[in-house]
Amino acid sequence: MACILVPMTEAIITTITAKVVESKEEKTIQDLNCAEDTGSMEKMPFSRKLKWLNNMLWGGSGLLVFEHIWHGEIVPWFPFLTAASNAADTSAMLNEMATVGVGMSIIVTAVWLAMVGITSAMEKKALKEQPPEETA
Amino acid sequence: MTLLITVFAAAICTAVWYKTDSREEMKLGTLCLIYWGASLMWLVDAVYGSLELKAEYFTPSPADMLNDTFLGLSAAALGLVIWLAVLLIKDPKNVVKNALFKRKN
Repeated sequence: MACILVPMTEAIITTITAKVVESKEEKTIQDLNCAEDTGSMEKMPFSRKLKWLNNMLWGGSGLLVFEHIWHGEIVPWFPFLTAASNAADTSAMLNEMATVGVGMSIIVTAVWLAMVGITSAMEKKALKEQPPEETA
Repeated sequence: MTLLITVFAAAICTAVWYKTDSREEMKLGTLCLIYWGASLMWLVDAVYGSLELKAEYFTPSPADMLNDTFLGLSAAALGLVIWLAVLLIKDPKNVVKNALFKRKN
């Protein structure tokens, strides 16, 4: 019905967060004056990892919006959600948002956290294996 | 069926990304994440659907299966269209830029 609104809201928040983090990272690089490529391996910036979550949330939401249109649950006229037109359906819609919608957000975020954890471990391992003259 | 088609699309994309797009020239990573995001969301939907409908969920009518197959294929096609739009807008290989602003020399 409208479960998709929950991951979409999360996507809006993470997109704004990614923009803020990215601008802070750029500022830090400028302050440290280390923008030039030293040729050594560097850790992936967090903003880039946050973009993975954005892509999953926006992409998934986009395809699910299409599914909702396919099933006639989203319409091009106000209130846009067919379930929002009467009180009984609105109650079911809110229940679905609280269960399925929140579940969708949790599973996507959990998978992203696992991805970040695994890649961070891989980065640490790769940096350890780097020859000492390159890390300087 | 929709979930299955999206998972297959995601798995195939990830394999192609791993084999070919190490420098992100084709933005295949974005397509993978679009499909994986949708797959995870449909997985949650399927879990709740199966808890609600129990055995009935796993024995859909042929008409429902056909409808779901068309939906899955259409969703996969929409994912491809979104990816193409991202690729052309970001233009990592400068193909669009070179086509639009051809140098005179």
